[in-house]
Amino acid sequence: MMRRILFILAFIGIIASLYAAFIYAPTEPQMGHIQRIFYFHMGTVWVATVAFIIVFIASIMYLWKGTRKWDILAYCSAELGVLFLTLTIITGSVWAKPIWGTWWTWDPQLTTTFILWILYIVYLVLRSSAGNDTKKAKYAAVFAIIAFIDLPLVYLSVRVMRGISPVVFGPGGGGIAPEMMDALLINMAACSLLFIVLLLERIDLERMKDTIARLKLSEY
Amino acid sequence: MNKIWAIVKKDIITELRTKELFTSMLLFALLIIVVFNFAFGFSVEILNLASPAMLWIAFTFAGILGLSRSFALEKEGNAIIGMLLTPTDRSLIYAGKMISNTIFVFIVGILTVLMFILFFNYEFLSTLIPLIPIVFLGSIGFVAVGTLFSAMAINTRLREVLLPILMFPIIIPVIVSAVKLSGQVLDGNSVFAASSSLKLLVSFDIIFVTACAVTFEYVIDES
Repeated sequence: MMRRILFILAFIGIIASLYAAFIYAPTEPQMGHIQRIFYFHMGTVWVATVAFIIVFIASIMYLWKGTRKWDILAYCSAELGVLFLTLTIITGSVWAKPIWGTWWTWDPQLTTTFILWILYIVYLVLRSSAGNDTKKAKYAAVFAIIAFIDLPLVYLSVRVMRGISPVVFGPGGGGIAPEMMDALLINMAACSLLFIVLLLERIDLERMKDTIARLKLSEY
Repeated sequence: MNKIWAIVKKDIITELRTKELFTSMLLFALLIIVVFNFAFGFSVEILNLASPAMLWIAFTFAGILGLSRSFALEKEGNAIIGMLLTPTDRSLIYAGKMISNTIFVFIVGILTVLMFILFFNYEFLSTLIPLIPIVFLGSIGFVAVGTLFSAMAINTRLREVLLPILMFPIIIPVIVSAVKLSGQVLDGNSVFAASSSLKLLVSFDIIFVTACAVTFEYVIDES
């Protein structure tokens, strides 16, 4: 029942966020309509950040407690994190092409995001490559922890490499119209709801896989 | 402490008997430099710009080669089980392996620097001496992560193939700061001209030696 309600809420949230981003929010005077993609950009990057923090915490909890549920949580969250971060990078590129005139630049934020993305793809590769379940879970947890600790250093190092420290604010970083803020918040809320729904479904799926594996074992 | 040295000694003796790891790492580093030279068409301007990067690419690739052998050797004849059965704390095994790996990687790094100085006509002492601590700090960070991951990679299906994939994204801070520092040295500046890189490198070393030593026990168990 709870699940059904969350699902409906997420559905309404997404519709509302589309409305907020495309109709409710005013057009940005300098950038025009392309700026509207930024609402989704922020929404997805927010969810990806939360997802990776969940992976980090769940990984620590797994190494500490050793229970399967933490591993499932870390795995599912990492998968969704990669999905949302991919969306962030795509929306970001689409926005950057007309505004910055290029799909991609190697500024610290982008580079760090890119490496973050690579790190969690490697995490998934590691999982698929590491034999049995406990080994897989342990390795993945260790990698997730190391990767998470690495991120601030990566960010610093990219800044050091460029010898500059630009702080890239989003468009309207200064005075943002209140309607824009509303649209942004609605989007972030909707993306969070979507993430929760997907995460719960994904966890269920993983549990079902476990059940099937157990059933198969008990047949022999 | 004795236990750590026992592992280090064992690794060094094994290496001195076979010398296979050393030779292959060095040759590999040498070949990378040669290949780069061809790729850049022997142009002096490009070489001057690219030399710190080249040095560290040669160093990293050769280091990965050595690290992937590190636990593969233990795996042969199940020597690792023997090591785990001894009443030793897991983090001591990590420390032992890490120290011996650092020694190998460091020596290969220094020899690579020597070849570099020889081939590209750098001032001998004034280049070598400031590069020694940089190579040393770089080796520590590199090996700290590498020892943990090579213990991990060896037990997966992809084996050695997985090691560089795991390592490269993590060691980016080491590479970036080491390249920056070496660049300063090769340009004839003082190391302290890039003090933020130095700080970054040292903090990476401290953070990852600790983090990897703590997590090592989860990787090595029942493998």
